[in-house]
Amino acid sequence: MSLLAVRELSTFYGDFQALFGISLEVAEGETVAVIGANGAGKTTFLRTLAGALPAARGSIALAGQLVGNRPPHALVDLGIVLVPEGRKIFPSLSVRENLEIGAFRRRPGPWTLERIHRLFPILDERRDQPGTNLSGGEQQMLAIGRGLMANPRLLLVDEISLGLAPVVVKHLYAVLTDIAREGTTLLVVEQDVSQVLAVAQRVYCFRKGAVSLAGAPERLSRAEIAAAYFGA
Amino acid sequence: MAWLDAVVQGILLGGLYALFATGLSLIFGVMRLVNLAHGDFSILAAFLAVVAVHALELNPLVALALVAPIMAVVGYGLQRLVLNRLLGRGILPAVLVTFGFSVVIQNGLLQIFSADSQRLNPGGIETASLALGGGLAVGWFSLLTFVLAVVLLGALQLLIGRSAIGRAFRASSDDGDTAELMGIDNRRLYGFAMALSLAIVAIAGVVLGIRTTFTFASGPDRLLFAFEAVIIGGLGSLWGTLVGGVILGVAQTVGAKLSPGWGVLTGHLVFLAVLLLRPSGLFAKARRVD
Repeated sequence: MSLLAVRELSTFYGDFQALFGISLEVAEGETVAVIGANGAGKTTFLRTLAGALPAARGSIALAGQLVGNRPPHALVDLGIVLVPEGRKIFPSLSVRENLEIGAFRRRPGPWTLERIHRLFPILDERRDQPGTNLSGGEQQMLAIGRGLMANPRLLLVDEISLGLAPVVVKHLYAVLTDIAREGTTLLVVEQDVSQVLAVAQRVYCFRKGAVSLAGAPERLSRAEIAAAYFGA
Repeated sequence: MAWLDAVVQGILLGGLYALFATGLSLIFGVMRLVNLAHGDFSILAAFLAVVAVHALELNPLVALALVAPIMAVVGYGLQRLVLNRLLGRGILPAVLVTFGFSVVIQNGLLQIFSADSQRLNPGGIETASLALGGGLAVGWFSLLTFVLAVVLLGALQLLIGRSAIGRAFRASSDDGDTAELMGIDNRRLYGFAMALSLAIVAIAGVVLGIRTTFTFASGPDRLLFAFEAVIIGGLGSLWGTLVGGVILGVAQTVGAKLSPGWGVLTGHLVFLAVLLLRPSGLFAKARRVD
């Protein structure tokens, strides 16, 4: 049984339909990537999974249990945690407090403050500074660490490369690989295709709110991906 | 010496104003909600204490142990059942609804308790005074009120600064949507904040009822003084609220020394002066705009 099974999911912003019947599965322990151009519906998809947007049609199941249209805090309880686009670090909280807030409804599991500090030593070194004093890359580390503090069964990661230097993005993806190796299941949305394809076991390409291609990265040709990404 | 006396009395009075202001400031800080019935809730608490004193023959200070939790429950229920529905629609709906509560509470109290003024009698402490030498004396109860305000503000500061729920208050105040994504149930959190706010203002109301007489219509004045203390001190700063209360208190007692009718007026003028010269208050936390 898949950890996450999404069937025919549609999401609207008012009258505007952003997702058209998305179906997607993520197995336990797997890293799955969602790629696609701006406006393809990737962020909308993650926000719907996290409960921040209502699902108009379709179903979302976590380990066989239907979890659609619950508030975000209830989904955190069940183990679905979103690392939001734009990092969204709390400015009034120190680096350490930003991590601690991630553990507000902590599930039992492997991730502790110490382990996250080992993953990102800079977060320990700068623990007493305001979270927003960190550089962009460090804030992204903080956002990932904050998400892990809840001990998610499924960590949703939205565009961690946004606005960051290539060398920083490379480092972040190396750490994502480490996190996946610890057994945390990841669903990663990304525009930077080259980075994410290197870490994902399977990839879905979105175009205009629908799945345009799905498969294992090593079995897909560049031309196939380009066609699914840009439309041909 | 009379002037020094006025200043000392004003400082102690500031403690009471800080007690009124703290809950107001907390609620605005956590959920950007302006509770126009804040003063009326304090008077409601004072009337509840009157009932407890008569029915159970309690000392009003002991009755507080009953009244504060009751008001906390009222606050939690009010937030969960009514005020949470108004969030995310701008500041106006909450202003209108809490103004409605203000009217309802006042008229409800008038119906039940008539327009007679009331007073809580704690049995002597309200008139006992402590001689400081040089002809200066302070009331024991005023001193107690001030100490209570300092202790409460300190405790609240600790709660907000160090505890998990305090972190949640700050995170939710920064960015409520992201706080939800981190597992915080904002609606429940706001319920706790309102419970805390009304428990604190219940203490303020009972203290007021011991210091002076009050009627069903005493709430709005309390709200005004609370607002002034918050604005003078600066939003988002608890100790600033205490300083704001003290400045307002001193302005009132010194003004009253100048001429008996000028006390409240002088307080308002000092408030206006601060508003003109430092619109964000004396100790407002610098907020980064991004």
